[in-house]
Amino acid sequence: MAHDAAAVSAELDSGKSLKSFVKDWSQDRQSFEVPWGKAMMWIFLLSDTFIFSCFLISYMKVRISTTVPWPIPSEVFALSFGGDPIPLILIAIMTFVLITSSGTMALAVNYGYRRDKRKTVLLMAATALLGATFVGMQAFEWTKLIVDEGVRPWSNPMGAAQFGSAFFMITGFHGLHVSAGVIYLVVVATRVGTGYYDRHRGGNYEMVEIAGLYWHFVDLVWVFIFAFFYLW
Amino acid sequence: MTDITHETGHQQHPLGIYIWVWILLFVLSFFSYMVDYYHLQGMLRWSLIIIFMLLKAGFIVAIFMHMAWERIALIYAILIPPLCLLVFIGLMAIEGEYTTLSRLASFTQHVFMASPVHH
Repeated sequence: MAHDAAAVSAELDSGKSLKSFVKDWSQDRQSFEVPWGKAMMWIFLLSDTFIFSCFLISYMKVRISTTVPWPIPSEVFALSFGGDPIPLILIAIMTFVLITSSGTMALAVNYGYRRDKRKTVLLMAATALLGATFVGMQAFEWTKLIVDEGVRPWSNPMGAAQFGSAFFMITGFHGLHVSAGVIYLVVVATRVGTGYYDRHRGGNYEMVEIAGLYWHFVDLVWVFIFAFFYLW
Repeated sequence: MTDITHETGHQQHPLGIYIWVWILLFVLSFFSYMVDYYHLQGMLRWSLIIIFMLLKAGFIVAIFMHMAWERIALIYAILIPPLCLLVFIGLMAIEGEYTTLSRLASFTQHVFMASPVHH
């Protein structure tokens, strides 16, 4: 009997079985065995998932329902460096910048758990810098589209009028998330650097991981925007 | 609570796994860019875009966001609710088709083509 009890207990502790799921959710105390800040960030990201999904689904709906041809993103977002225009090149560079920033953030979280203050701050600063670069390139992209190609939320010279509203809404909201993320990262990195978490949180750097969750989510949303808006 | 120690305890992964996922994301992004660059069309294009997208999303959530190391109670709470979006997508796709057909049937010849359409 004792052996069986130990086996069940080990199974529940691993947290990977259906039994552990039922136990975690039915006990009359906290269900998620993670710091509350992390659980709340996940809940926020879940709600943000629905917001971005609403944008992408409405984009799908207008694109299906328009009888006017949809502008070809591959051509609209082509960029020429003296020679022939290269399709989607700026978007590809932006994608690589954002993935790189996700990589540096993942490393920052890892060094945060090792209490390596210097590397954590440096990697978070690199992440924020790459994020700012992304926003800068997006500003360039918007300028090019508005000034040179005459795209407006209500019309554009290339085809379906809904292209502009979908584009500005989706990439604008994502760009806003990146901008907010850069500020968020700078705040958390400053607090790590100045020893705020050492003084007020007993040297617990879990805030770095929570900021990391937000940043990876921003990258995650871009994966879907890249696939559905730019490549489709 | 034992939460914090438990938590910090299982987040100490070697750096290698992050570097590998990072490289993988680069490669997958490069592939999806190549789909557009080489003008692949039709089902091949759509399926490749979706496959690369889901792979990238999966690696970001599982490894970068540490979902693979969380308890199933949290995994289910976060990953199950978005599934209802599939119903939403289905509904809006049907609605979109209906709107297109209505527009084609009602507007194409009489109004829509007669008015100046910007190309």
